[in-house]
Amino acid sequence: MPAKGATHTILPAPVKELDLHQGPAGVCIENVTRTFATRRGEVTALARMSLTAAAGEIVAVVGPSGCGKTTLLEIICGLQEPDSGTVRSAPAALMPQRDLLLPWLSALDNAALALRARGVGREQARATAAPWLERFGLAGFERTRPAQLSGGMRQRVSFLRTLLAGKPVLALDEPFASLDAITRAEMQGWLGQVLANEPRTVVLVTHDVEEAVVLADRVVVMSPRPGRVVADLEVALDRPRHRTASEVIEIRESALECLGMDR
Amino acid sequence: MRLARRVLPPAILLLVLFGAWELYVDLGGVDRLVLPAPRDVARSLFEDRSLLLSNLLVTAKEVLLGGVLAVVLGFGLAVAIQFSRTLRAAVYPLLIGSQAVPVVVIAPVLLIWLGFGLAPKLVVIALVSFFPVVVTTLAGFAAVDQDLMKLMRTFDATRLRSFWHVELPATMPRVFTGAKIAVAVAVIGAVFAEWTGSSAGLGYLLNQSIPQLLPARAMASVAILCVFAIALFGLLSLAERVAVPWAYQPRGEISP
Repeated sequence: MPAKGATHTILPAPVKELDLHQGPAGVCIENVTRTFATRRGEVTALARMSLTAAAGEIVAVVGPSGCGKTTLLEIICGLQEPDSGTVRSAPAALMPQRDLLLPWLSALDNAALALRARGVGREQARATAAPWLERFGLAGFERTRPAQLSGGMRQRVSFLRTLLAGKPVLALDEPFASLDAITRAEMQGWLGQVLANEPRTVVLVTHDVEEAVVLADRVVVMSPRPGRVVADLEVALDRPRHRTASEVIEIRESALECLGMDR
Repeated sequence: MRLARRVLPPAILLLVLFGAWELYVDLGGVDRLVLPAPRDVARSLFEDRSLLLSNLLVTAKEVLLGGVLAVVLGFGLAVAIQFSRTLRAAVYPLLIGSQAVPVVVIAPVLLIWLGFGLAPKLVVIALVSFFPVVVTTLAGFAAVDQDLMKLMRTFDATRLRSFWHVELPATMPRVFTGAKIAVAVAVIGAVFAEWTGSSAGLGYLLNQSIPQLLPARAMASVAILCVFAIALFGLLSLAERVAVPWAYQPRGEISP
C-alpha cells in the first residue's frame, strides 16, 4: 500500500509485496470517487479511495457509519460504477448485512440459491449444497425455513449461499452486525475457521474494530464521509486469535485511535 | 373453543339483526310486499330451492370463469408492466382510466356485440375485477427488497431467473389478496351483467322477482349470492394458506 496522507503501518512486520495488481483473484481499487445526487445536493460517498486485497488476503474495512463502506462493496461487486478512478477486481459475490434469506425456501434451497441463479437444476444444486450445510453445523436443518432458524444459523446459511456462488472474492457487508454479542463472537470464530479451510479473497466491511483485528490480515481504517483511507494496519498475528490477547488489543487500540475514538 | 370464538360473534349478531327485522315487520304493520320478514325469505329459500340452485349454477359458472379470466389477465398485465418501463408508462394510465368507464354504459353495448350468452358476462366480470389484481400484484413487485435483487445480480442471475426465484414467489401473497378482492367484485359484476340481459342466473331471477311481486324470492337470491361470495373468499383463503404458508408462519426462533 503506497503511503498516502495519514496512511501508516503500525507493526514492524514486513509489509507483504503486493503482487495483486496482476493477480487474477485479487481486488485493486485506485482513486475511486463516487458521488450521489440527493435532494439536499451532492453527497460524496467515496473520495479518492484506494484499496487492495491480494489473492487469498482478508482485508477488513472499518469506519464510522456512512463512510461509504457499502458503496465500496457494491463497486467491488460491479453493482455500481465509480465516477472516477479504476476498479480491477476478480468476480465478487456479496453477503449482505441483513441475511435476506428467502422465507419460502428451506435452509438447503436458500444455500443453493446462488447455484440456481446460475441455472443449475434444483436437484443438482441441492446435492451440491447439502454436504456444505452439514460442514457448517446445519445438519438436520436442511428443510427448516429461515423463520425457524436462529440468527446465527441464518447468517451461516447466508454466508454459505455467497460462498457457493463460486466467486474468488467475497464481499462481506457487516455480516454479524445484527447478532447479539455472544452469537457474534461465536460466528467470528466460526468464520475464521471456515476461511482457513476455504481461502478466498475477502473484503470484510465492519464497524466492529475487534472483529476486524480478530479476522483480517489487514485492517483498513476509513474516515467519515467522504470516505477515504486514513490508516492501513497489518495484522501479522497467528490464528486463531483471541480478542483478549495483548497484540490484538494493541492493534485494536491503534485502529480506534485512527478512528478518533481513543479517548 | 377457537372455532366457537370465531363463529359465535357473527352468528349472534345475525340472530339479533334478523330478530329485530322480524319484530319490525310483525309489529310495525309493514306491507310484506314492501319488506318481507326474514321468515318469508327463509320460506322462499326452502320452497324455491331447486329454482335458486339451478340459477346459482349459472351465476357460479360465470363468476368462476370470469374470475379466472380476471386473475390471469390482471396478473399477466402486471408482469408485462413490471418487465417494461415503456409498457408501464403507456398502459398504466389507461388501466386506471378503464375503471372510470361505467359498466352501465358498456354492458348494453356488449350485449349488441356479443349477444345474450356467456361471453358478455365474462367480459363485464373480467372488466370490473381484473384491476385489483393488477394493482396488488404491482404493489407486490414494488415491495420486493432491492438488496435481494442486487444480491441475485452478484450471483450472475439473469433478469428472468431473478424474477422466477425472487420476485414471483415474493409477490404471490399479494396476488392472492388481489384475487380475494376480485371474487367479491366478480359476483357484483355477474349480477349486473345478468341484469342487463340474460335468461338465467341469480341476477336474472332477482330482476324477475321484483315485477312478479315476489320480494322474498329476490331477497333469497341475494342471500345465496352473499353465501356464495363468502364461500369463494374462504376457498381462496384456504388455497393461499396451502400455496404460500411461509407468509403466515409465526416467527419462532430456536436456540443457536
